Amino acid sequence: MERIPILRMGDILLVTIQVDMHDRLAMALQDGLTTKIAQTGAHGVLIDISALDIVDSFIGRVLSNISLMASVLDATTVVVGMQPAVAITLVELGLSLQGVKTALNVERGMQMLRAVIGTASEEGEDAGPED
Amino acid sequence: MPVQKTETLPIRSEQDVVSVRQAVKTWAAQLGFSLVDQTKIVTAASELGRNTFIYGGGGNAKLEMLNEGIRRGLRVTFEDQGPGIPDIEQALQDGYTSGKGMGLGLSGSKRLVNEFKIVSRVGEGTTVTIIRWK
Repeated sequence: MERIPILRMGDILLVTIQVDMHDRLAMALQDGLTTKIAQTGAHGVLIDISALDIVDSFIGRVLSNISLMASVLDATTVVVGMQPAVAITLVELGLSLQGVKTALNVERGMQMLRAVIGTASEEGEDAGPED
Repeated sequence: MPVQKTETLPIRSEQDVVSVRQAVKTWAAQLGFSLVDQTKIVTAASELGRNTFIYGGGGNAKLEMLNEGIRRGLRVTFEDQGPGIPDIEQALQDGYTSGKGMGLGLSGSKRLVNEFKIVSRVGEGTTVTIIRWK
């Protein structure tokens, strides 16, 4: 089955969704990302959805789930690049993307993650060396 | 209502749901819908197509290009021979879900289109018709 690639950049996992996902593919991404966070100990996840023409309730739920699961695994998720038409439709559909952090583009998303992760590792140093 | 063009697509798999929304996107673009209007009807089609597949056990989607006087529109009809919906009023409420969804499929897609009609008979199936005018 086709898969959506998950790239690793240091402490951050990077996903760019470039295909029109069917539901099982979205579920596979959810499982794959969660596994990868646990494997790599990544503290940040950046999901670029700029190529998505729509976000319906299913994909919305997958994005919410990823954010929640990542936060349980001590990683912060930022969803970036949502098209304006998608944002308008999402709100009218009634989807709130609960718990999902968003940023306008990849650059701002990275800044957001760096800020959060930076703080986290400083706290970590205060508490003692991390293994 | 004069129909200019029509096409029926099967919904037998998740991939078929993707094909339906891609076809709706193409037609909406051909009709000259704004990007926001395209996104709205494609999103509604995605929700309803998924319902047809998951709850209706499969069926089909009929796309029709409408021409009524000076206005043009896109009608999509989702049809299944599944178990039907016992209480449509309840199914149309925000947050009501019979399965694993978020309960926004029917109520949400209704908000995304200009016309919305649902006919369901228990044991016979469900037909949902949506229209978005340009």
